[in-house]
Amino acid sequence: MEPDDEIYANGEPDSSNNRNRPIISGEQLDIEAYAGLYTGRTKITRLLFIADQCGQNNNTAMQMEALRMAYEEIKKGENTQLFRDVVHKIDGRLGDKYGMDSAWCEAVDRRAVQKKEKLENELNAYRTNLIKESIRMGYNDFGDYHYTHGSLADAFKSYVRTRDYCTTSKHVIHMCMSAILVSIETGQFTHVTSYISKAEQTVDALDPNTVSKLHCAAGLAHLDSKKYKLAARKFLEVAPELGNSYNEVIAPQDVATYGGLCALASFDRMELKNKVIDSINFRNFLELVPEVRELIHDFYSSHYASCLEYLGNLKANLMLDIHLHDHVQTLYDQIRNKALIQYTHPFVSVDLHVMANAFKTTVAGLEKELEALITDNQIQARIDSHNKILYARHADQRNATFQRVLQTGNEFDRDVRAMLLRANLIKLEYKASRKL
Amino acid sequence: MYTVESLVAQIQGLSSSAGDLSLLLTHLKQADEFLHNESTQLFPFLEQLDPTLHSLGYLYILEASTSGPVTNEQARRLVLLISRFLTSCVADQIRLAPEKFIAVCKSFKDQVLMLEAPVRGVVPLLEAVKKLRSSEHLTTLHPDFLQICLLAKCYKTGFSILEDDIFEVDQPRDFYLYCYYGGMICIGQKRFQKALELLHNVVTAPMSSINAIAVEAFKKYVLVSLIYNGQYYSSLAWMCILYIELANTYSIGKISELETYIQTNREKFDSDNNLGLVKQVVSSMYKRNIQRLTQTYLTLSLQDIANTVQLSSPKEAEMHVLQMIQDGEIYATINQRDGMVRFLEDPEQYKTCEMIEHIDSSIQRIMTLSKKLTAMDELISCDPLYLAKVGRERQRFDFDDFDSVPQKFNI
Repeated sequence: MEPDDEIYANGEPDSSNNRNRPIISGEQLDIEAYAGLYTGRTKITRLLFIADQCGQNNNTAMQMEALRMAYEEIKKGENTQLFRDVVHKIDGRLGDKYGMDSAWCEAVDRRAVQKKEKLENELNAYRTNLIKESIRMGYNDFGDYHYTHGSLADAFKSYVRTRDYCTTSKHVIHMCMSAILVSIETGQFTHVTSYISKAEQTVDALDPNTVSKLHCAAGLAHLDSKKYKLAARKFLEVAPELGNSYNEVIAPQDVATYGGLCALASFDRMELKNKVIDSINFRNFLELVPEVRELIHDFYSSHYASCLEYLGNLKANLMLDIHLHDHVQTLYDQIRNKALIQYTHPFVSVDLHVMANAFKTTVAGLEKELEALITDNQIQARIDSHNKILYARHADQRNATFQRVLQTGNEFDRDVRAMLLRANLIKLEYKASRKL
Repeated sequence: MYTVESLVAQIQGLSSSAGDLSLLLTHLKQADEFLHNESTQLFPFLEQLDPTLHSLGYLYILEASTSGPVTNEQARRLVLLISRFLTSCVADQIRLAPEKFIAVCKSFKDQVLMLEAPVRGVVPLLEAVKKLRSSEHLTTLHPDFLQICLLAKCYKTGFSILEDDIFEVDQPRDFYLYCYYGGMICIGQKRFQKALELLHNVVTAPMSSINAIAVEAFKKYVLVSLIYNGQYYSSLAWMCILYIELANTYSIGKISELETYIQTNREKFDSDNNLGLVKQVVSSMYKRNIQRLTQTYLTLSLQDIANTVQLSSPKEAEMHVLQMIQDGEIYATINQRDGMVRFLEDPEQYKTCEMIEHIDSSIQRIMTLSKKLTAMDELISCDPLYLAKVGRERQRFDFDDFDSVPQKFNI
C-alpha cells in the first residue's frame, strides 16, 4: 500500500465495512417516538418548539403533526392558556376536531377557581394553627396548582416559600427539585445553579438518583451559559440508573447527545478516551443513541469524513431540540476545527487535496478554514498555495528570543526616557506653582 | 554717561580673557538701557567689531539694534548680518548672556519669516542651537529651529537635532512645541517610530489643563500609531472622536469601510491638515493585510493576494509586494512567470558580528539610562522641595489618622 493511500484510507471509511446505519438520522424526526420520551409540561413545550421551528422552515406537515400531539397532550392537563395558544396556532387547519373547545375551557377554569379557593382556605387554616408541616404541604400544593395551570412564576414563588417550613433534608431536596424543574421550564438557569448547590449542601447523603438528576440539571445550566466543557463533565457523571425517571426534564437519549457533543467539542484526546469512550457509565447512554456513539468513535479513530457525515445527518434533528438548538452551530464549528487541527498535527506536510477529500470539502474552502485557524494560532503551519501543500512550521525559539529581547530593550529605553522627562516636567510645574 | 564710541572701545579692549569678559559683562549690563535708547544709530558701529573676537559685545549691540520694529528693507540687511554673526560667534562668549542671544535669534526668525524665506534661517539657527545648548538640555531655540525646518521643508537638517536625548526642560511649552514639530519632521522623514515617541511625550505630558498643542499632537499620534503599529489602543480617550472612530474602523480590517469613513469626513481631516497622513493610513492597511498573509502562506498567487487584500488587479498587488520587499517589511520573492509570490522567513539569524555589536551597544545604552534613573531618584529624594511637599502631606495624613481618637474621648 502506498503511503498516500493510507492517508486516504485514514479519512475515508471502508464502504465494504457496512456499519449499521442509524435509525432516525437523515430521516425526518419521528415526533411520536420523540414525544414518547417525555412526560409532563416539557413534552408540550418541546412539541410546541418543534412546531415553531418547522413553521419557520415551512415544514407544514411536521408542524401540524407536532401541534396535533400538543393539542391532545394539553387536553389531558388543565392549562387553558396554553390550550388557547395552541388552538390559535392550529388555526383550524386540522379540521373541527382540533378547534376551540370552550366548554372544556370553562369547565377547567371553573374547577381551577374552586380548587384555588379550597387551597387558600386550607392554607389559612394551617397558618392559624402554625403546623409547620401542614403549611409546607399547603404551599407545595399551591405550587403544584400553579404549575399545572401554567403560571410558572407563581409556582416558583410558592415552592420557594416552602423553604422556611422544611424540617428534614428530604423536604429541602423536594423543594429544590421543584424549584429547579420550574426554573428549567422558564429558562432561568441562574436559579437552577443556585438550587442545585442548595440541594448538594444538605446534610444527609443524597440518593444516587437525585444526584443524577442534579447532574443533568447542572449540565443544562452549563450548556445554557456556553460552558461546554463543564456541561460535558456534568452529563458524563450522570449514572445510567437515571433511566426514564427524569422524563419531565430530560430523556437519557438527551444525556448521551448533549454530553457526547459537548465532550467532542471541548475535550482533548486523552480526556475523550478516558471519560467518554472508556466510561462504562456513559457507554450505557451512548447505546441509546448509536449515531452519537459512532461519531465519537469515528472522531477518535480519525475517520473524520464519516464523523462529519453523521454530524451533518443529525443536525436537522438537533436544531429541533429545545435546549441544544442555540448551540448546535457553535459546537459543530468547534468539532470541525478540532478535527482539522487533529488531522494536521502529526504531519510535517499535508497534501491539501487528500485532506479536502477526507473532510468532504473543496481545496479552496479548506484553505480558507486553515487560514483562519493559522491566524488564530491554533495550527502552527503555513500553506503552500501553489502546490497545495500544508507545511508544519516550528517556531525558532532562539530567533524569537533575540527578537523579543531587542524589542523589550527598546521599549524600556523609550519608557524610561519618557518617564524622566515627565518627572522633570512635574518638577518644573511644582516649582512654578510654589513661586506664584 | 556712556557714548557708543567708548563702549565700542571697551568691547575691543576687554574681549580677550575670561576675567576681562566678566568685567565687560557688568559694563554692558549697566549700559543696556542706554543702548536700547540709541538703537537706531547702532548699525555703523557693528562694522568696527569682529563677530568672532568680540562676540559678547557684538551680541549686546545687535540685540539693542533689533529690539525695535523692523521694516522689510532693514530686515534684508539684518538677516544677512545676524546669520553671519550666528555662524561665526564664539559659544563661550554668547553663553554669558543667553537671554540676549535668544532674543536675537527670535527676532532673526521673525525677520526670516517676514521675508518669506525660511530656508535662509535653517543653517544659522542650527549653528545657534548647537552653540547654545548644553547636553540633554532643551533650549528655547529648539522649537523655533524645528519650525523653520518644517517651513523650509528641510526635514533632514531638523532630524539631526532630534537624535540627541533631551531630559531637562525650562519651559513646558517649549517642550510641547519641540515634540510636536519634531514629530512632524519625523513623519516627513517616515521615521514613524521616533515620531510616535515624540508625539507620545506631548500626549502623556503632565498638564493641568489640556492645550491646543496636545490636542493636535494627539490627532497625529492616533494616525501615526495606525500607520506604524496597525492599531491604536490606549486609555487616552480624548475629545477627538473623529480620530478614535477612524481607529475603530481600521481595526475591523475592511478597506472599503475605511475608505467610506474617510470620504464622509474628508473636509474635517483636510481642515486639520491631516489628510495626507490619513491617506497613508489607508495604504498601511494594504501592507498590514499583506503582512498577515506571510504568516499563513508559503506561496500565494498574485491574483489571490489581490483578492484577499481587496486590490483591483494582480498588477497592483505585485507593486505593493515589490515595494514592501524593497522596504524590508516582508521577505519574499516574486515569480513572474506563473505569478506566484513565495514568502520567506526572516533571514536574520542573530549570528553576525554586527548583530552582537548592536546588542552590546543596546545593553550599554540601557545601563547608562538605568544609572541615570537611579541618580535622578536619589536627587529627587534629597530635594528639599520634594521632601517639604511629601512631609506636608504625611503630616496631614497622620493628623487625620489620629484625629478621630481623641474626639471619642471628648464626647
